[in-house]
Amino acid sequence: MSSTTVTSASSRLRLPRWVAPAGVAALFALAYLAFRGTGTLPHDSEAAPFTAVTELREWIDDHRNDNPLFLYFLNYIRLFVGALYTSLQTVLVAMGWPGLIGVMGGLAWLAGGWRVALLAVAGFCSFGVLGLWESSVETLALVTAAVLLSLAIGVPLGIWAGMSARVRRAVTPVLDVMQIMPTFAYLAPLALFFHIGAPAGVIATMIYSIPPAIRITALAIEQVSPTAVEASASLGATRTQTLVKVYLPLARSTMALAVNQTIMMALSMVVIANLISAPGLGSDIIRGLSRAQVGIMLPAGVAIVIMAVVLDRMMVSVARRDPHSRIGRGNVAAAGALALAGPAAAAFVPRQWPEDLTVDVTRPVNEAVLWAETNWYAVTTFVKDTVTNYLLNPLETLFTTAPWWLVAAAVLVVAWRVSGARPALTALACLLAIALLGTWEHSMRTLTTVAVAVAATLAVGVLLGIAAARSGRFSAVQRPLLDAAQTMPAFVYLLPALALFGTTRFTAIFASIIYAVPPVVRLVEDGLRNVPASVIEAAASTGSTSGQILWKVQLPMARRAILLAANQGIVLTLAMVVVGGLVGAGALGYDVVLGFSQRPDFGMGFVAGVATVLLGVMLDRITQGADRRSLPRKRKVT
Amino acid sequence: MSPDSAAIAVEGLWKIFGPKSESVLASQDRHLDPAALREKTGCTAAVRDVGFEVRPGEVFVVMGLSGSGKSTLVRCLTRLIEPTAGRVTIGGTDVTAASPAQLRDLRRHHVSMVFQHFGLLPHRRVIDNVAYGLEVQGAARAARHERAREILSLVGLDGHADSYPDQLSGGMQQRVGLARALAVDPQVMLFDEPFSALDPLIRRDMQTEVIRLHREVGKTMVFITHDLAEALKLGERIAIMRDGGIVQLGTPEELVGAPADDYVADFVRDVPRSHVLTLRWIARPPEEGEPLDGPELPATTVIKDAIAAASASSRPIRVMDGEKLSGVVDRVDLLAFLSGQDVPAAARTGA
Amino acid sequence: MKIRLFAGLLTLALAAGCGGATVDGGATTAASPEGSAAASSPAGTVKIAINPWVGYEASANVVAYLLKNELGYTVEMPEIKEQLAWEGFETGDVDVIIENWGHPDLKKQYIEEKKVAVEAGSTGNKGVIGWYIPKWMADEHPDITDWKNLNKYADLFKTSESGGKGQLLFGDPSYVSNEAALIKNLKLDFKIVTGGSEAALIKSAQQAQAQKKALLFYFWDPHWLFSQTELVRVNLPEYTEGCDADPKKVACDYPEMDLDKIVSKKFADTGGKAYELVKNFNWTNADQNQVSDDMTNGGMTGEEAAKKWIEANPAKWQAWIPQ
Repeated sequence: MSSTTVTSASSRLRLPRWVAPAGVAALFALAYLAFRGTGTLPHDSEAAPFTAVTELREWIDDHRNDNPLFLYFLNYIRLFVGALYTSLQTVLVAMGWPGLIGVMGGLAWLAGGWRVALLAVAGFCSFGVLGLWESSVETLALVTAAVLLSLAIGVPLGIWAGMSARVRRAVTPVLDVMQIMPTFAYLAPLALFFHIGAPAGVIATMIYSIPPAIRITALAIEQVSPTAVEASASLGATRTQTLVKVYLPLARSTMALAVNQTIMMALSMVVIANLISAPGLGSDIIRGLSRAQVGIMLPAGVAIVIMAVVLDRMMVSVARRDPHSRIGRGNVAAAGALALAGPAAAAFVPRQWPEDLTVDVTRPVNEAVLWAETNWYAVTTFVKDTVTNYLLNPLETLFTTAPWWLVAAAVLVVAWRVSGARPALTALACLLAIALLGTWEHSMRTLTTVAVAVAATLAVGVLLGIAAARSGRFSAVQRPLLDAAQTMPAFVYLLPALALFGTTRFTAIFASIIYAVPPVVRLVEDGLRNVPASVIEAAASTGSTSGQILWKVQLPMARRAILLAANQGIVLTLAMVVVGGLVGAGALGYDVVLGFSQRPDFGMGFVAGVATVLLGVMLDRITQGADRRSLPRKRKVT
Repeated sequence: MSPDSAAIAVEGLWKIFGPKSESVLASQDRHLDPAALREKTGCTAAVRDVGFEVRPGEVFVVMGLSGSGKSTLVRCLTRLIEPTAGRVTIGGTDVTAASPAQLRDLRRHHVSMVFQHFGLLPHRRVIDNVAYGLEVQGAARAARHERAREILSLVGLDGHADSYPDQLSGGMQQRVGLARALAVDPQVMLFDEPFSALDPLIRRDMQTEVIRLHREVGKTMVFITHDLAEALKLGERIAIMRDGGIVQLGTPEELVGAPADDYVADFVRDVPRSHVLTLRWIARPPEEGEPLDGPELPATTVIKDAIAAASASSRPIRVMDGEKLSGVVDRVDLLAFLSGQDVPAAARTGA
Repeated sequence: MKIRLFAGLLTLALAAGCGGATVDGGATTAASPEGSAAASSPAGTVKIAINPWVGYEASANVVAYLLKNELGYTVEMPEIKEQLAWEGFETGDVDVIIENWGHPDLKKQYIEEKKVAVEAGSTGNKGVIGWYIPKWMADEHPDITDWKNLNKYADLFKTSESGGKGQLLFGDPSYVSNEAALIKNLKLDFKIVTGGSEAALIKSAQQAQAQKKALLFYFWDPHWLFSQTELVRVNLPEYTEGCDADPKKVACDYPEMDLDKIVSKKFADTGGKAYELVKNFNWTNADQNQVSDDMTNGGMTGEEAAKKWIEANPAKWQAWIPQ
């Protein structure tokens, strides 16, 4: 009796929870209707920030060879990196294809035994079979150079950060921002300072792939048992002795993962680096893209995936190797034999991969795509047009016709509610900077695309995640697929999207969905599975149905994980939508592409790159809410 | 005992964690209790004004509950944790004033430590773990391996030299830790709760092992524990710590027989006193006409060991301090003591 | 101490570097034997930038075929878009642009000012860019071919991507383009939608004619498509000399251009016979369209199509081979 009184008393005092948000939403809707079309900031391709950067670029181009900063510093870096790339490439080419295959096979054998060796040999042979030997070697050289540099800088920095909390505090926010930076944003500044070509491509790839090198190394060092370190110090070891004899050996396997992640990141940058004329497989992909021929892109995409898989297997084997077992003499001998046989064979076979051993898949693939296009035309067009006309276009109109101050207020309110005051102010600052840079309209368009893609990603991801958490069998089928999906370089997802939908905004949305869904599924599934069994048991013991358990227990308790998934989904989607500028996504991503294609638009591309970063930080701050990256991310994720 | 003749001398040692620890030390805040101190300054005083001396060859136990500052204290001795104030002297060297090189020399040759979680290096074989101290000193491989093998057999690990730590049981791993500390032939060994991660039976074996080793190699030992039974078993003298300070320092008998305050008394309440106290504590002057021809026992006999003698003879036991009779104990005295009604004579007299 | 030592070494290094490094300092030089490439090809390596339209590729493939098979050069054909390719002259990534569409600004910058590139004569092709519609539209709306009437028909060209305006379909982002300025300056109610590639333009044009769909798109001649699909050019305000001098104020049609070849200064100086061949290369729009057609519709690779043309036209190419 008394409890009833209390409830009714409190409900009289307090409005239902949904009233306040709904009221605010209604307020915003009214404000929009009243002020629609005013206070918009239409795009002007000659905005002052754009022309300023374009002029800066012209100035730099004119003074690249007489300004001291370039003459004595930047050009030396360019020369050094260029020389590194050239020598690596020369060595790899000089080995000849049998040599390279043999040496990779040998290394793989040492890393993980005959199975991995077989994979490596088969994988590298496939480059030749696909008719992409030269491009693959260039890509390998580029990735190797970038990874070596990343490790040379990242590992010491990571060790330092792992040993000193102060350094770690200084480095972490920088890495956070680097990880939400869409890849495109790196390119323009690099082209400015390092010109175009292989060296600039190596540097871009290096910068992109350095965060995991630092982050995971720091993590590896932090994880070293403090007692072992203390024991070493208690025996009078110097810091160097402790570093070499305790920290590094104990951090070894985690550091192998750092190397692995660095390689994977580097590989996923290969295509985009081609926009500043980096050589390799990326060139084939871009060629296919600009001919709209999936048949050209697919083999190159497959080659990059194969390279990723081979290198991933090798590094993971190194990381997982039983620390006590030594590599058997038989294995060493076999690896050595393989590594020697290759170069020896190189003397007797033609330098070029024999043409009769290649399979030209361009035409069949193009035909298959054509077939799909013609036969699925009705369906794909229907899906594309429905989404575009009923979701994308109205939303885009909403964002672009809303007054800027209304959008800013909305961002502030939502971010404040979800993530608190500081992130909200950061988000607001990013948004205002976007406006000041003259990229407002295009940012709003990109935001529209991201919003639609994120909504779809979360819907699909949460459903699959729930399904996986509820059915062990479904999860078992899905896991390996997710694993594979996460090893693949991002742009690979553009191919099927492009084949099905041509160059439109929808293509970018489709690609970002397949790109971002796997990590979301994984986070949701893990979040649901991590709900303690005892709680579920307790709920079940009160007679809840399994649906009730899901809605009333598991989902609320997995809230953090789901919010994190949303945050991740948004960051990933943005990255992909921006890359989607290559396939018709328009707005910021296209501005970046255009900036590299048309000199007068360089400034616009550059500023658009900056705007993507601001947009990324803004979206991250709005949604960081429950979580602040408590998990080390695998390629931006996991 | 002067600081020079002590193996370890500690004076006025403070360790305050947190921002501006120096200024906290200088102010009167240092006298605040832990909760108030943290509230006011954000600092934690882990060690407060601790002083003691350890005799050469002694087993000195520091006992306290978790958070009492005992682990911090032992780390301050070799500056694995840098003390905020105070002076530590080991073997005549002023540790607190030592240069990094002197400190390294001290750690390499004079003091070694055994850790609660062993701190073994999983990527090294047992023998290389044991030889680690010699390795960082720069000893040649053959020499250090020879020494390591000797020590391994001393701690009963013959035949395990080529195993890896994770292939050994917990007790064996701690033997490796022990061997590593012994290998550098230090004068002082510090034990930081070395057996608390082991299960009870193995812990007992290891305690016996330490007692044996102490007998054989005669090192000065500082032993940290939270286990009173372990402290009483091993310690020649025991310092009880609470909230960073030493509340009582004395022999096991003194602690059990004459707790300095309620905290210590509470601590030792469940100790079977008959297992710790000696006849000295309950001997009384013979009464008029009491027969003095009962069995003779030295005053250092633990009370429980006197029960057999008492039950064998109806006459009072003569408690001997060397050749001198220091008092008598009869069956009634023993029963009264065992039933807990008796207040020990020494406590009565305030000894 | 260490810092001073380092500074000293740095100074030495800089001094040794003869007062700094220029961007092309370490870059590979054209036609000079480099690394292993030299082993297989004593004559050297020629880098022909590939721009993304099939006519360009046709020319490049024919020249490359002759360089390889007649003169023994190794040929690299990196995918580098028009304007970046010019920068490649400076960095050493590009030796030859085989089909250049105007670009007076780049010529001024790279040929006159930086002196890293030189002209290597006409390709013989006449090029013209324009806006096109499928023929059926011109038949149905005869006045549509005058730009002044485009706004009247803007609704016809609306698509889901054009945001309420008429759609002007554009090709690869790197193509020569005055479209933005034209729409602005002629006050057209149109929006540029980027198809992203030549293929997208061709496909849309074919569909538009075959299925009678409305389409206004950017295209150019020489192109094989004109022989297969009937297209009509929309007349923009007539080109007059200098009307396109300021790219922001362009309000006139594209001029007919004499397509030419540009090579790096280094290649012109040291390229030997390869340079001679490039300089001599000259053919007609019909020649190019034939090779392009084979490449796009005949299912041939660039190399196969080039070989076919070369076998059929020995007289033409033999004149290009330097003696």
